[in-house]
Amino acid sequence: MDKIKILPFIAAAFIFIPMANASELSLQGFLQTNYSVRVNDDNPQGAKQGNLILGEERAQLKGSFYPQKSKIGIFIKSDFYHDWVGENWAFDFREGYLDFRDDKFSFRAGRQIYTWGVGDLLFINDVFPKDWEAFYSGRPLEYLKIGADSLKLDIYSDIVSAEAVVMPFFEPDDLPSVGRFHFFDPYPNIPNREHEKPDPAFKNFGNTEYALRLYRYIGDFDVSAYAYKGFFRSPAMKADNFNSPATISSFYPELAVYGLSAQRSALGGVVSTEYGYYDSLDDRSGRDPGINNSQSRFLIGYQKAFPEDFTVGIQYYGELTHEYSRYEDTLPSAFAKRKQLHQYATLRLTKLLKYQTLKLSLFTFYSPDEEDFLITPEVSYNFTDNLLGVIGMNIFTGAKDTTTFGQHKKDSNVYVTAKYSF
Amino acid sequence: MKVIKILFVVSLFFSAGSNQKLSFAQSELSAADIIAKSRLAFYYAGDDTRAKVLMELINKDGQKRIRELTLLKKDYEEGGNQKYFMYFHKPADVKDTTFMVYKYPDKDDDRWLFIPAINLVKRIAANDKYSSFVGSDFTYEDVSGRKPDEDRHTLLRKEKLGEKSCFVIESIPKEPSEYIKRISWIDETNFLPLREEFYDRQNELYRQFEAVEIKDVNGFPTITKRLMRNIKTGHRTEVTFQEVEYNLGLQDDTFSERYLRKPPLEWIR
Repeated sequence: MDKIKILPFIAAAFIFIPMANASELSLQGFLQTNYSVRVNDDNPQGAKQGNLILGEERAQLKGSFYPQKSKIGIFIKSDFYHDWVGENWAFDFREGYLDFRDDKFSFRAGRQIYTWGVGDLLFINDVFPKDWEAFYSGRPLEYLKIGADSLKLDIYSDIVSAEAVVMPFFEPDDLPSVGRFHFFDPYPNIPNREHEKPDPAFKNFGNTEYALRLYRYIGDFDVSAYAYKGFFRSPAMKADNFNSPATISSFYPELAVYGLSAQRSALGGVVSTEYGYYDSLDDRSGRDPGINNSQSRFLIGYQKAFPEDFTVGIQYYGELTHEYSRYEDTLPSAFAKRKQLHQYATLRLTKLLKYQTLKLSLFTFYSPDEEDFLITPEVSYNFTDNLLGVIGMNIFTGAKDTTTFGQHKKDSNVYVTAKYSF
Repeated sequence: MKVIKILFVVSLFFSAGSNQKLSFAQSELSAADIIAKSRLAFYYAGDDTRAKVLMELINKDGQKRIRELTLLKKDYEEGGNQKYFMYFHKPADVKDTTFMVYKYPDKDDDRWLFIPAINLVKRIAANDKYSSFVGSDFTYEDVSGRKPDEDRHTLLRKEKLGEKSCFVIESIPKEPSEYIKRISWIDETNFLPLREEFYDRQNELYRQFEAVEIKDVNGFPTITKRLMRNIKTGHRTEVTFQEVEYNLGLQDDTFSERYLRKPPLEWIR
């Protein structure tokens, strides 16, 4: 997938390994196998390996070099894997960046993973690329996030600190794909579609994405304010005629997001809240049925720890669509209609046993308006400090085939992971 | 705060200086005073601290797990607020994880965890003071201390533990707690706890703490090796404090989101 981009990794390894001093250089990684099997035999069209959604062996190597007296450091993380479903071997250059640190600011250039906001698996102001297919097929959480090739400037001050990110290359989310998942398609008879990604900023400077976070700890609150200008990461649809289209293409419309979050200890636990205004720049009027209208998205969460290593987290999340009457007026008949307020409730239960070597967990999404669920029970066990085994399920259910989780209800899967870290 | 600290050191000096004065001074100290002094000597030595901590978690079959971390701690008031910063070196799958705690004696801690694989700073709920610290036999409370007025203390006797003269104090929690009784052997000269026994609801001994090695570090008597043994499960945790330093002049901003994400290299080494 990223064969060219592995070159800097190898080059850097040759340059910095010999000159490094042991305490400043760190080399680590893991070997991992990860399988996910659809429990139902009703496989989607194009399924290459029957019920196997995911089957891979993977090696990750990560190296960092931060000399003691220097302001400069480097970090690189790359995977090499074999995929039984795609039947290929490939590199996956996960992260790699150069750091410059000073007293009041720091600078980071390269491929980086960002996680913003206070939601637990609900993302409002986290506008960075995600791999939902990885998440739905039971890959470890770190694979939900995709590194963004970007520049980041951090500014530190007592009044307010800032993270400013510039992303010249648009990276979309990875959504459940043909052959691995079932999904709802309003126009199944038009399979060939053009897929337009925004040109990189070098071709069109206006396509540069900007993200800014201001944050501080004030009066027991962690408070952040966010702004983003870029694109929706899941595609919108263009058609010659939405009611009986002859050609369809998908593209990524422009988006700006403005938001706030706050978090503090309260009510015997931690209370979190977040808001984001999704300004759909290409469809402010709400008349284009192919593009999402502007929305207000918000969440409130509460997390509490109980004795004996038991933790409970609950969240309520809402997406309020603006210009809803225009959405209703222009909605093509093939589309599934969404409610003006789309909601989720989530529940997370975590229990640690046997000196925290055994972890039982459950995460559940439930949408009352779409009447669908994603339920993920998981057991993981540390056989030793280095060897971890995980078994879990992604259970998709729903009243309809057109909703976020309901469309995947034939894709409920059991997954296993074995990971040896070194 | 400094004045209190100096008075405390001076009082230690005098009490250690003469046996006659010692017995006089002791008769003045209530069990609660001894526990309070012990807490300051154990959890509040110096204005700040750095240590590299090696924890060996050993089950009854002798299988060993390792937790290695750098600990930074800053005291804001003797017996009052503290901030902790931990950077994990081992095991491999948690390397580079950092953990920060703002400890308040009168309310729940604020705690943050940084997960490097997804570059996430996560605030975590903290009212579980009896849950295990990183899977060891130590609880969060064992690691960061307990307020003296949470228990009723009685001086049972004085006795020698090895060479050392100790106060033996029984502490009964006022509110329901993980244990119904704790018995502490506290060194009469430096007020460090040399042994502690924890009794469960059946009034049976289930956990036992031992100070295995004490060294003088920059004038502060410091427990550099400690052991917590779970009598009932046969599990034990041995902890070694290496490279202990006091009064480094740690800045307040060391305990911030900035350093959670990018650990302060000068301190973690």
